[in-house]
Amino acid sequence: MYALIWRLLPGDRRVKAAVAAGLVLLVALILWYGVFPLVEPNLQFDHGVMNGDAPTSPAPTPSRR
Amino acid sequence: MLIRGLGELCITAGLILLLFVTYELWGTGRYTHEQQDRLGKEMMRSWGSAGSGKVTTERVSLGKGLAMIRIPKLGASYRYVVIEGVSLADLRKGPGHYPGTQLPGEVGNFVVSGHRTTYSAPFNRIGRLTRGDEIDIDTRDGKYVYRITDKRVVDPTDVEVTAPVPFHPGARPTKRMITLTTCHPLYSAAERLIVFGELSAQYPRVTGK
Repeated sequence: MYALIWRLLPGDRRVKAAVAAGLVLLVALILWYGVFPLVEPNLQFDHGVMNGDAPTSPAPTPSRR
Repeated sequence: MLIRGLGELCITAGLILLLFVTYELWGTGRYTHEQQDRLGKEMMRSWGSAGSGKVTTERVSLGKGLAMIRIPKLGASYRYVVIEGVSLADLRKGPGHYPGTQLPGEVGNFVVSGHRTTYSAPFNRIGRLTRGDEIDIDTRDGKYVYRITDKRVVDPTDVEVTAPVPFHPGARPTKRMITLTTCHPLYSAAERLIVFGELSAQYPRVTGK
């Protein structure tokens, strides 16, 4: 997969490396500002509220990660 | 070829997961800081404007700032706007007051919940507090100084800690209590760390300020 992308990138080694680094940064930024804020609310693992029913937090499991 | 593709996929997934954990622990704090700034300013403006006539702490609408919490032992800069409400969305903005429990200074129990990790982790270090430590609550009316009386680790289902008399739901309260609840242990939600305090002093807010 990565070999294919590398071959498709234009220019010589240095240009390829620069473009690759840019792509990685772009993906990271999209994840950080776009995807993660959307995903995060759905897997709350630290909610310090006292709750009787606790539907989201499986109490017997000591850690969710 | 297939094996190689699978390996690359796994490594990529691992890196994304690592980035996500980083986001959970630090990235989420940015949102909290923004909201704290906004709600803090909003609250100060409302205290300053209509403050002269009112003597009682007004009921605040859900999601708005209610009071300011300060814990001197956790540093001079330790201060958070306490939000009214404890929904997931409320606690992302900062520590939240359980609607229906008493307000600061009232007889009964002023219950505040907050994140131990993520979202700026307002209650990260409350495990270090010991008996006698001070919790200051500033409201429109005045400053309330609570002193810590007890610390417990309980199950998430032990809602009696939020009762006007903790562990005795239905009993008639005589003390003015504060209760902080947060997750325990760190990075988990298996238990709850509870810090109890009792009002030891209160000072009226100087009018016109």
